[in-house]
Amino acid sequence: MAEKEKTELKKGAPLLVVDHLTKRFADLTVLDGISLTVHEGEVIVIVGPSGCGKSTFLRCLNALEDIQGGEILLHGERITQNSKNLTELRQRVGMVFQSYELFPHLNVLDNILLAPTKVQKRKREEVKEEAMALLARIGLESKAESFPRQLSGGQKQRVAIIRALCMHPEVMLFDEVTAALDPEMVREVLDVILELANQGKTMLIVTHEMQFARAIADRVIFLNDGNICEESPPEEFFDHPKTERAKQFLQTFTFSRKGS
Amino acid sequence: MTACVRTKVYRLQASIENFRAGNNPSAWKKQQVCIVNWDFIHQYLPLYQKAAVLTLQIGALGILAAIAIGIVCTMIQYFKVPLARQVVSVYVEISRNTPLLIQLFFIYYGLPKIGIRTNPYACGVAGLAFLGGSYMTEAFRSGIEAVDKVQTESAASLGLSRLQVLRYVVFPQALTISFPAFMANVIFLLKETSVFSAISLMDLMFTAKDLIGLYYQTTESLFLLVVFYLLILLPVSVLGSLLERRMRYAGFGS
Amino acid sequence: MPDLGLNVLFKGKNLARLMGGLGVALKISLLSVVISIVLGIVVGLLMTWKNPISRALMRCYLEIVRIMPQMVLLFLVYFGTTRIFGWNLSGETSSVIVFSFWGAAEMGDLVRGALISIPQHQYESAAALGLSGGQTYRYIVLPQTVRRLIPLSMNLITRMIKTTSLVLMIGVVEVLKVSQQIIEANRMSSPNAAFGVYLTVFALYFFACWPISLLAGFLEKRWR
Repeated sequence: MAEKEKTELKKGAPLLVVDHLTKRFADLTVLDGISLTVHEGEVIVIVGPSGCGKSTFLRCLNALEDIQGGEILLHGERITQNSKNLTELRQRVGMVFQSYELFPHLNVLDNILLAPTKVQKRKREEVKEEAMALLARIGLESKAESFPRQLSGGQKQRVAIIRALCMHPEVMLFDEVTAALDPEMVREVLDVILELANQGKTMLIVTHEMQFARAIADRVIFLNDGNICEESPPEEFFDHPKTERAKQFLQTFTFSRKGS
Repeated sequence: MTACVRTKVYRLQASIENFRAGNNPSAWKKQQVCIVNWDFIHQYLPLYQKAAVLTLQIGALGILAAIAIGIVCTMIQYFKVPLARQVVSVYVEISRNTPLLIQLFFIYYGLPKIGIRTNPYACGVAGLAFLGGSYMTEAFRSGIEAVDKVQTESAASLGLSRLQVLRYVVFPQALTISFPAFMANVIFLLKETSVFSAISLMDLMFTAKDLIGLYYQTTESLFLLVVFYLLILLPVSVLGSLLERRMRYAGFGS
Repeated sequence: MPDLGLNVLFKGKNLARLMGGLGVALKISLLSVVISIVLGIVVGLLMTWKNPISRALMRCYLEIVRIMPQMVLLFLVYFGTTRIFGWNLSGETSSVIVFSFWGAAEMGDLVRGALISIPQHQYESAAALGLSGGQTYRYIVLPQTVRRLIPLSMNLITRMIKTTSLVLMIGVVEVLKVSQQIIEANRMSSPNAAFGVYLTVFALYFFACWPISLLAGFLEKRWR
């Protein structure tokens, strides 16, 4: 009951509306008419077996893929690859990639400042102040002048999050951001995301970290074969999955030795 | 083993001594040849200097034009400009699969017959630019292709426009990646200037051949030829590898 | 329509002579290619050899070839050897010598590149599977090296064909020289022959090199 109140409380106005989104690569249908409404301040975790289309789904939300059917609305504005104000829409949707994708020729600070100064034309000093404050928050202010190659994977990924954050996006997309990390670095990245959740950031997260998903999600979406197979609060999904497919999927995360 | 090597070294040294003393058996036969005629070298040095300046001028102009062509063609390919893109790929294939000498012959002797007249100098620059343009295009293109596609996507996801992505993210990285190929092209094009004598430009080869024909001072003429080409190409080569090393030190890693 | 001077080609045996000239150029390049590949494998192995002296020597060799224009090398061998050693090398022999000298260095560098591009753990995992040194080379190293080498050496072949055009400058009667003769002989009857004939030569070289380049590009993509 208390949990339910939490989700109810968090639900604000609809921010992102996905309506019958269809994505095909040639003959292969990857997303088959997906509909989803994301409310302000909501954290949605998308899980599913590999190849189920969860990464493609996130990429569509940022118009990194063209779509074959349906529509994506951000505050009522349509996101497509042909949108006139595509760059403006992308500023409002932040994305963090599995492989960090810091720009190797720029130091940490310039990585963060590039888009706010060149795209949003904000004053360098002002953004720098904000960036330094955020870096201090994650304990990396001493690395501001370092180049990406001098950072560990976890540090790079945290910088990448700050870089996206500095554009003040309305919604953040996380695409398996810990999948490329060494196990001991996963925590530091997830902690940053948890803090963002506590601040009420709207987020869509694709992840394989089930513990983390359970802790952070307001809603869990189980994607299978390009369809939303299940959609429920985390406790319900993890403890009492409704579909056989979800049960199978969750079993792949538990181990037991036969006969013991 | 070592003894064997040592005797060989001694023998080599001995033969060099012999050669210096004019005791080389083949040198004996034509002694006047192997004694370098320094007067001749001194006399014709200015001729070589002039030729080297000409070679360098045409080389530099041709290479600059080639870079410009390369940049334009690369942009056309990057932005997938319809029609222009097909023209570029036809141009690249033609230019890369024919020798400069033939290109020059066609431009210099062939084109005037249909009313396009050029002087040797302009023809040299044009030929080098036509050849070099495609090599530069290939170098830049492979540099751009080597920049990971996700880099472009992550820049786009931050709201950068296509031009901004190219300018701030792809281009700086592609420049470093394609630098070795770029330097190799510069040296290749400078070397290619050696065919200019075919269109009666008074370059180094022309001068050397002229002097061999006129005075039969082969050794001196060839010596000067080698020295001058070394003077032109060695600094470029050394500078190139120095820059390359520095870029690698400042390299990206991942 | 201006006279493009193409009619000259169909006069008498002109076209056949032109093809014969191209044949001379192709013969020189084919001979040089074969010698280069054989010597190049040896040079490449020497380059990967740990011996510092052989390495330094090979490095020097490669640098000389990289820095000196082939034209200068041709002059050195053609004119220089006559003067210094009293040899009377024909233009064709000189050019085969120069192109092989040049090609062996370039080929050697390709072989070296292909050999060192095979990561150490390929050798290690072969050893871990119990393969002998010979077996490792036979089944693991060679197939990978050859796949990397073939497209690159095909590009070298086209470079060599293109470079044979230079032998005109040391008096070999090849396709360009034949063209000059044809143009000269028909100066009165077709003054515009230069355009048509040189255009034809241009096309001949293009169609000699282009298929090889295409195939090399195709193989490179396929075997990557």
